[in-house]
Amino acid sequence: MNAPIDYLLHLADNALILGQRNAEWCGHGPILEEDIALANNSLDLIGQARMLYQHAAQLKGGGATEDTLAYFRDVPDFRNYTLCELPHMPLMSATAQGDRDFAITIVRNFLYSSLMVLVWDQLQASKDTHLAAIAAKSLKEVRYHLRHSRDWLLRLGDGTAESHERAQNAINQLLSYTQEFWANSPQETAAVANGTGINTVTLQNDWNQIVNEALQEATLQRPDEGGFVPTGKHGVHSEHLGFVLAEMQSLARTHPQATW
Amino acid sequence: MSTPALKEWPLWEVFVRSKQGLEHKHCGSLHASDSEHALQMARDVYTRRQEGVSIWVVPSASISASEPNDKPEFFDPASDKVYRHPTFYVIPDEVGHM
Repeated sequence: MNAPIDYLLHLADNALILGQRNAEWCGHGPILEEDIALANNSLDLIGQARMLYQHAAQLKGGGATEDTLAYFRDVPDFRNYTLCELPHMPLMSATAQGDRDFAITIVRNFLYSSLMVLVWDQLQASKDTHLAAIAAKSLKEVRYHLRHSRDWLLRLGDGTAESHERAQNAINQLLSYTQEFWANSPQETAAVANGTGINTVTLQNDWNQIVNEALQEATLQRPDEGGFVPTGKHGVHSEHLGFVLAEMQSLARTHPQATW
Repeated sequence: MSTPALKEWPLWEVFVRSKQGLEHKHCGSLHASDSEHALQMARDVYTRRQEGVSIWVVPSASISASEPNDKPEFFDPASDKVYRHPTFYVIPDEVGHM
């Protein structure tokens, strides 16, 4: 039994785009150790994306490879959560320049990892045995990502007045984007139907518990969610994804089929 | 917090055990705010290439070290005591590697 290709792409695109975003810290981390930690996180995510793309490419056939899926698809083809593509800074136009805010990076990694520890755990029982194996490997990685981001969330929230304010602003800005987790897309519904995917909606209580406990410990307030439910996994993205892809895909598109 | 905030994170010494059964070896140091933070950073910096299965971190301030000036009285007296090396015994074959 194989998972629907679009479901694999949804999982892969989440990992690739967040991995690409976190890689932006490479060489710019607040301290050397954190620079390496974020690069490690990024490489874990890109590794997950590769495994998923390889699986999807095999199912897709017609000359598809992990590279064609990562580098030769455009914005509407990407199935990642909008949360993963946002810049590391307060909301602004995609063409505006600003300083990266480490609190945004940490809060996003925390919100995403809190979901993925639950998702990968359940996907270990997927009827797609290839996907189940990827889940088992990814679970270990994302457990560390959660530990790392949760630890920093506590330090920022329960730290200085400035770090608290930045962490609170980050959670205020990002939490509403998590509403996308709980609105099933056609690819998720199809994957649940054939036993290869999981119904993410059933994870909401566990996710809330992880998030609420950490926020409380970090002395941060959970804001009300509401308003617009993002649609990244349907292929309708924020203006930011195009800029991420432009940077990430430019080399492969300038030198197609280049190899090391 | 009653204690004043430190401008600089304290220094930690990092020890990594490369395999079960081997001892932890000193591999470097880093700045971190507390032991949990130090462990995570040591994991990210010193075990990326499968160097370890266990990490210890120790506040550098907790280590008492001999001084370079101690060398004459600490170490030099051992230099002419070759009989302390067990090199004057024939090791029976049955003992194997020592």
